[in-house]
Amino acid sequence: MIREFRLPDLGEGLTESEILSWRVAEGQLVTLNQVIAEVETAKAVVELPSPFEGVVARLHEAEGTVVEVGKPIISFDVIDTDVPVPAAPEPQRRQPTLVGYGAEPDRAGRPARRARRGLAAPAEPTPPAPAPARTPSPAAAPAPAAAPAPAAVITDAPVRERPRSTPPVRKLARDLGIDLALLTGTGPQGRILRADVEAARLADRGRSGESVTAETAVPPVVADAPHLGQGREERIPIAGIRKHTAAAMVSSAFTAPHATVFLTVDVTASMQLLEKLRSRKEYDGVRLTPLVLAAKAVCLALRRHPELNARWDEPAREIVRYRYVNLGIAAATPRGLMVPNIKDAQDLGLRELALAISDLARTAREGRTPPAALSGGTVSISNVGVFGVDAGTPILNPGEAAILALGAVRSQPWEYEGGIALRQVTTLSLSFDHRLVDGAEGAAFLRDIGDVLAEPAMVLAMD
Amino acid sequence: MSLHIPVDHPENTGTEPNDPYVQLIRPDGTRVADTFYSRWVQDVDAEILRGLYRDMVLVRRIDTEATSLQRQGELGLWPPLLGQEASQIGSARALRPTDFVFSSYRENAVAYCRGVEFADLMRVWRGNAAGGWDPYSVNMAPTQVIIGAQALHAAGYAMGIAQDGADDAAISYFGDGATSQGDVNEAMVFAASFQAPVIFFCQNNQWAISEPVGLQAAIPIANRAPGFGIPSIRVDGNDVLAVLAATREALDRARSGAGPTFIEAVTYRMGPHTTADDPTRYRDAAELEDWRRRDPITRLGTLLQNEGEADSAFLASVDADADALAGGLREACLTMPDPGPQDVFAHVYAEPNSWLDRQQEHYGAYLAMMDVPAEGNTR
Repeated sequence: MIREFRLPDLGEGLTESEILSWRVAEGQLVTLNQVIAEVETAKAVVELPSPFEGVVARLHEAEGTVVEVGKPIISFDVIDTDVPVPAAPEPQRRQPTLVGYGAEPDRAGRPARRARRGLAAPAEPTPPAPAPARTPSPAAAPAPAAAPAPAAVITDAPVRERPRSTPPVRKLARDLGIDLALLTGTGPQGRILRADVEAARLADRGRSGESVTAETAVPPVVADAPHLGQGREERIPIAGIRKHTAAAMVSSAFTAPHATVFLTVDVTASMQLLEKLRSRKEYDGVRLTPLVLAAKAVCLALRRHPELNARWDEPAREIVRYRYVNLGIAAATPRGLMVPNIKDAQDLGLRELALAISDLARTAREGRTPPAALSGGTVSISNVGVFGVDAGTPILNPGEAAILALGAVRSQPWEYEGGIALRQVTTLSLSFDHRLVDGAEGAAFLRDIGDVLAEPAMVLAMD
Repeated sequence: MSLHIPVDHPENTGTEPNDPYVQLIRPDGTRVADTFYSRWVQDVDAEILRGLYRDMVLVRRIDTEATSLQRQGELGLWPPLLGQEASQIGSARALRPTDFVFSSYRENAVAYCRGVEFADLMRVWRGNAAGGWDPYSVNMAPTQVIIGAQALHAAGYAMGIAQDGADDAAISYFGDGATSQGDVNEAMVFAASFQAPVIFFCQNNQWAISEPVGLQAAIPIANRAPGFGIPSIRVDGNDVLAVLAATREALDRARSGAGPTFIEAVTYRMGPHTTADDPTRYRDAAELEDWRRRDPITRLGTLLQNEGEADSAFLASVDADADALAGGLREACLTMPDPGPQDVFAHVYAEPNSWLDRQQEHYGAYLAMMDVPAEGNTR
């Protein structure tokens, strides 16, 4: 017996959840309460336990899909019917109530006058065309026939909510003979816009103009639907950290006008300093890398250039200058890019800074970064050198004014004391928010960092 | 009555949140003696310990099954008690049937001990009723959702016990967050002034939803009570034996007319605040690991096994009981009849009320118009 599991309201009054991952596959035998999926609501990431014992007959929705509460997400072929399951409601009879006999209920037991909002229509009389904006689901692929059919669809649904639109658009659709129920709105809350109706008219025209078979008339979005494990393309749902990284990058790149300056520096003196420090007792077991010196140099240089340790507060029409440095360190982790930050880095000595960086990197790799470490950063460093490249144009961590990319340190022929010598050389790239920082300021800041790395004794002169 | 009542236990005089507390079973399952509290559980033999172990395993199973039912859409919400089993079982098993419990929404283990039926336990969370059970059938008030309000109810009820000249006691359960509420503080003022036979049982589970306890308590929560003239004790809330001892001592004080006691059971909410909450957003996973090592059930299980009091037959019987119980809970939940739309009028007034009758009549006419049956569907 096939039983469906519909997505429940997992919080209090939530309307949808995103399926992050399936933990079971079609054909798999599942026990009661076995975890079948991980889903993310607006409030939490939770695991879904199976309500049935049986074989998974079908996964209705793909990973990464945002599903409305009440939609079936998985079907089971249930073998054990001893599990108490809600039986179909018995036919309602007129029952005496405290105020007399109610009216004869109809078969479905639902209001005869109008649909209650949010009530799932029985058996989905007209599946709406697959929403192009949403991640394609495998469920949509096998049913291309359900895609736009210009003819009116006869349904036995007694009531159905009217598609969301506006009166002028309804009139336009009526004039053009387009059924709004067959369209997917792209407006707010799925509202059907004039553009949607016009697009449907064009699609209609295309179909009637070219004598093509029904199959090729299927809109491209359906043809592109995923066929997992075959074809020349693979479609990966956008979810999890990838999704958040993308949102952060887009918000930063298209809010803050970025400018990047570069400086190539002879860091031989810094490398020698690191070597000296490593042999000292108090640095026993401390991981000393060029990144540590760069972090220190950033903290020192920020004292002279506070305009780079700032945030553009658009709503308040104010520039926020931080009197502290929460230094973000970009970390590549198995889960994706994370930028945890070291709180009050300006107060840390070189040794504490080194320890904090190793600790932060380890925690991030193990996936144990506490949420607090990921927020409240004021400036960031990205150590692109560990990937063997020399420079980059880093994108600002949202809400920060500057980010420094540290390139690989290479032995290169370099001008040294009037001749050419093999020196340890690296390139520094600094991106800054041009709303907050002018080119001259950004350049001066980067030069200060470069001066410290070229000649660490320069810190004595920086006040 | 002296103006200042000192904290009873000699160790509990510090001002740091991690001050020592009464402990009779260490996290590794070994016993530790306490000069004052050991004698309160001298009668607790292996049979009683096995009973406490069984209780804790069973209520944890109730809790996980109900959590699953919520995830499956069968309950609207559930407040898990995972990690707090020892605090609830140890205290509830110290009570006698005539004592009266005023709890918050998380004390499902206490309700289990009082004999509340499964269906009654879940009725409210399934959205089928405003209250779960008849309070007087089990001497436990319905679940209180307003934070800390039940402390006032307990203080008032206890004042009534004193007026009756009975030797019963009232116990109020609340969390660390509730101690910052006015109601709890007012309740302590009244209880102290009237020397009411009431126990203020605070489960300090370290988190008031997403706020750590340190934000609202710079000193141990137990140390607030002496300011009201109420003796208090801090106890390891993951040690069922220590909680039992502390509650028995407090009950003895109440029954003998010596007034209220404040117990701070130091425990940890290992799950979310409710099924609608995601604790990973505000707390470190390492903290959960630390507390997992202090798990109340593992601790007592280790002790029983080390002392040769829990053979595999016993453990298997507990597991079998837990399975049966989970099945019973699920069935009670899934077969619970839906209420009818008219039921909302049924429990507003004890006596007929013409204004309400008129409302009900109008509502009935409205439903008739909508063709909705007035009675609920029995599934």
